[in-house]
Amino acid sequence: MTALLEIDGLQKHFGALQVTRDVNLSLEEGARHALIGPNGAGKTTLINLVTGFLAPSAGRIRLAGEDITALGQAERVKRGIARTFQINQLFLGLSVLDNVALAVAERTGSAWSLLRSPRSSATVADEALDYLDRLSLTADALIPVRELPYGRQRLVEIAIALALEPRVLLLDEPAAGVPSTESHIILDAVASLPADMAILIIEHDMDVVFQFARRITVLVGGAVLVEGPPDAIAADPQVRAVYLGEGDHG
Amino acid sequence: MTGSAQAAREAARRHFVGRDRWHWAEALPWAAAVGAFVVFPDYMALGTQIVIAIIFALSLDLILGYAGIVTLGHAAYFGAGAYAAGMLSAHLGWHEPITGLLFAGFVTGLLGLASGLILLRYHGLTLIMLTLAVAIMLQEWANVQERWTGGFDGLLGITIEPLFGLFEYDLWGHTYYWYSLAVLFPCFLVARRIVHSPFGLSLVGIRENTRRMHAVGTPVFARLVAVYTISAAMAGIGGGLFAQSNAFVTLDVLSFSRSGAILIILILGGTGRLYGAFIGAVAYMLLEDELAKIDPVLWEFGVGLALVLAVMFFRNGVLGAAERLARAVGIVRS
Repeated sequence: MTALLEIDGLQKHFGALQVTRDVNLSLEEGARHALIGPNGAGKTTLINLVTGFLAPSAGRIRLAGEDITALGQAERVKRGIARTFQINQLFLGLSVLDNVALAVAERTGSAWSLLRSPRSSATVADEALDYLDRLSLTADALIPVRELPYGRQRLVEIAIALALEPRVLLLDEPAAGVPSTESHIILDAVASLPADMAILIIEHDMDVVFQFARRITVLVGGAVLVEGPPDAIAADPQVRAVYLGEGDHG
Repeated sequence: MTGSAQAAREAARRHFVGRDRWHWAEALPWAAAVGAFVVFPDYMALGTQIVIAIIFALSLDLILGYAGIVTLGHAAYFGAGAYAAGMLSAHLGWHEPITGLLFAGFVTGLLGLASGLILLRYHGLTLIMLTLAVAIMLQEWANVQERWTGGFDGLLGITIEPLFGLFEYDLWGHTYYWYSLAVLFPCFLVARRIVHSPFGLSLVGIRENTRRMHAVGTPVFARLVAVYTISAAMAGIGGGLFAQSNAFVTLDVLSFSRSGAILIILILGGTGRLYGAFIGAVAYMLLEDELAKIDPVLWEFGVGLALVLAVMFFRNGVLGAAERLARAVGIVRS
């Protein structure tokens, strides 16, 4: 089986600061891959490199065999890479429905229709509402995102990414900032994502990681320390030393 | 799906597809425009200038109020449109008014496209300074090109054929008033259609969170250039109308004070609401007219004071305050 997303020898440095060191990683269709590591390990940087928010200093990124290293963010989204943000990046003044409709309109190309009436773009609303249904957000569809509790906002964050119908979804700590009593709602949503979607998740909660992931990559100091299935990672003495043994990571 | 979820879905869908439905209150500005003609037939020269300001402010609302592009140089396009329409008549001997406006809109649209391709690569303060610089450069250039623009003395010799070959221009500016209203209406319809379209929604998205728009695959730069071009064309049509109705163009049409005034007008009325342009233009120009009558020197102080008060007490302009009031007394829901 060929890899859907292939990261090959990726490097990133800001001046003398090396934040990504020769990272290799590949995701297959339907992958459930977790990226763990202590704070400052370069996990979010890796997502920024894959989505094109940052340009790598060296290395290649391929999607379904195509080299996308030089493409801009919008081009990569079009080819099927979507992400969520560790800290919400939402359209706070817009309704929940509009937040998701924006993504749908962009994916379907109707965002270029200057003179199309909302009536004739009803399919955009219908599709957006389908995503709201899936994340149980329909009741809040017309509420400005600003007025939602943070936990519900996290669901909107995911809904926007899903509305792009990605082949590869990068989740940056989807439950971050959500009280632990509510985090299960978000993790349930993550667990019920389409089976053929390749998912890379950054997560600090080890219970979640070991429940969700079929493969785990441990990143330390910008480099891959070790990669493998969950039980191998859990048993790895190196990992225990540098990461799991270190105590709590919130 | 449960019944209540189904109902919520239906309600949300209805709201989304019906967002461009006409509200009865939207007839008010047009009724007021006709009413003003009936009640103040002697003030139609001022009325025409107000309508022109509305067109100009509307063009600014598209980029500032919706897409969030802050500019201190929008007079560049208004002024270019005035000169384009003026020179078409004064130098090229084409005096038909409607094609003259279309010409002005076309020229400024091209200018907006060309300048937008450079300007919109920048953000924040840099962008503000660059928009200012473009307008100043254009004004200086017009000053130097005396042979074409009349330079400091202004562009004379603009004559306009009767509208449709039928309606002569009268001393009281009645024809121009109706003519400018007839230009405002399609401009408004286009703006209204744009802001309610998926394209318009994406502009608001860029204003609200540019970073996320990149992450949903929006070609942000291209979209900003598109709306900037449309806005420039609309400002140019307003400028063309200004040149035709005054039969005279001076460098003032490109001035910083005109860029500033239109910004004040829009902020006073309320940005990102279309009708803010209407309310702001009427309020500002009437205030200016009345204050100038009281004190021809100090009137700008009065305008400044009004703006300070408006910003302090009417966040989001007059229209924003009216919306909050209406919500408070329960006329409209959020």
